[in-house]
Amino acid sequence: MITDHLQIKNLQFSRGNRLLFDNLNFTFERGKITAILGPSGIGKTTLLKLIGGQLTLDSGEIIFNGKAIHDCSDEIIYDARKKMGMLFQSGSLFNDLSVFENVAFPLREHFNLNESLLVTLVLMKLEAVGLRGARYLMPAELSGGMARRVALARAIALDPELLMYDEPFSGQDPISMNVLLKLIQQLNKTLGLTTIIVSHDVKEVLSIADNLYVLANNKIIAKGKVDEVMQTDNALLQQFLNGDSEGPVPFHFQCEDFQSELTRVCE
Amino acid sequence: MTISFIRGIGKATISLISVIGCACLFLLRALWGKPHKNLFSLFIRQVFQLGILSLPIILTAGLFIGMVLAFQAYYVLVNYAAEQSLGSMVALSLLRELGPVITALLFAGRAGSALTAEIGLMQSTDQLASMEMMAVSPFKRIIAPRLLAGVIVLPLLTLLFNVIAIFGGHMVGVTWLGIDSGAYLSTMQSSVHFGGDIVNGMIKSAVFAFLITWVALFNGYYVVPTSQGISHSTTQTVVISSLFVLAMDFLLTVLMF
Repeated sequence: MITDHLQIKNLQFSRGNRLLFDNLNFTFERGKITAILGPSGIGKTTLLKLIGGQLTLDSGEIIFNGKAIHDCSDEIIYDARKKMGMLFQSGSLFNDLSVFENVAFPLREHFNLNESLLVTLVLMKLEAVGLRGARYLMPAELSGGMARRVALARAIALDPELLMYDEPFSGQDPISMNVLLKLIQQLNKTLGLTTIIVSHDVKEVLSIADNLYVLANNKIIAKGKVDEVMQTDNALLQQFLNGDSEGPVPFHFQCEDFQSELTRVCE
Repeated sequence: MTISFIRGIGKATISLISVIGCACLFLLRALWGKPHKNLFSLFIRQVFQLGILSLPIILTAGLFIGMVLAFQAYYVLVNYAAEQSLGSMVALSLLRELGPVITALLFAGRAGSALTAEIGLMQSTDQLASMEMMAVSPFKRIIAPRLLAGVIVLPLLTLLFNVIAIFGGHMVGVTWLGIDSGAYLSTMQSSVHFGGDIVNGMIKSAVFAFLITWVALFNGYYVVPTSQGISHSTTQTVVISSLFVLAMDFLLTVLMF
């Protein structure tokens, strides 16, 4: 079995004139939780969309299970997606379907299961996220945390090998956040999933991650085992990990000197 | 000044061509290749959404337009003692022009805007992206059934519009203004040709349906994911598809009649 479940080599990607990734390399180990941290707007969600084939690379390679999935036919990318799950920031549940039907959706789409088997599978997934009792509710009736757990049940419906989480903890109360943390860890261990988490919540993510990448200024500024990265003496990294307001990342957006601008305005 | 004007025209042309190219690729992705396994049931659901739910506005508008048309036509025809031809005039105006065009404009306002808002909201809440990540093509699952339903539904709505408008004309012309019922129907029967009038009207309607649904779905799919973006796309759908309908109506009328 290949140890590296997913590899990204020499990734180059721009949005319009803005360069997001400049020749980056990532390796995601099979069965491990890898966290990707970085300031807002650095392109963390974009990275997940590139892995899922929803965006096209400018250059570089994405190797999943030893097979290139960039620049390939729809058939290959759709086959790869059946082995991937993604939890979107908003949950992205289908508003017109009940909780049960949302989780059943990928199963109905890809298999012709008889109804009793389908019900069993869906109830198993809902039980795993603790929401078997909410199966008849509509997405509008769920709290933010519950919606994310339903989305998680849907993301694991096809028994993926790789699960990607896009900001899973944003806007969650402490209880929901801990529930999600526990779930992510449990799913990773029991199903042997390779997990990628993109987040701002440094402490929470680091408490469960095995490996870590920190992105800043279009580059990877730190990578490796979590403990090793934490020891790294890099001012930018330490500012981000500790959440300091002063440091290499300035408080002010880049612009001309305030005094000279005021002088110019008053003239 | 002149250079910047020419540059502006060039820029607008390039952007127009790129939008047209993008819209053609969009259509190709929806229609090319293996259809969704539940296409028929998805199609039926959209026939309900786009067709049955549009019936109240189409039938009400049809009734009033038929009544107004008969009323106006009567006062012109009576000057020439030709009021017995009212049935023929009402039927031909409806079958050739008013039926397909007005139904299409109403459809653009009712169903086109709803389609854009629905797809736009799905896009801005990442529902389409999540569908893609589940290895389900939104083009086959969402776009194609709506496009097919639109193309089938609008000609049928046009037929119903025509029937109810002719009935409205009959109410005004025969019941109110006292034209002979036999004359109303027989002049209609003798002047209306199935191929030349009814079929051509239906062809027009199918072309309008294709344009409206295409514009609506494209605008929804490529929405700017903000509330203002959805509002802008919805308005764009109604404006652009209405203009397409009117322009295409002229072109088809020149070719057909």
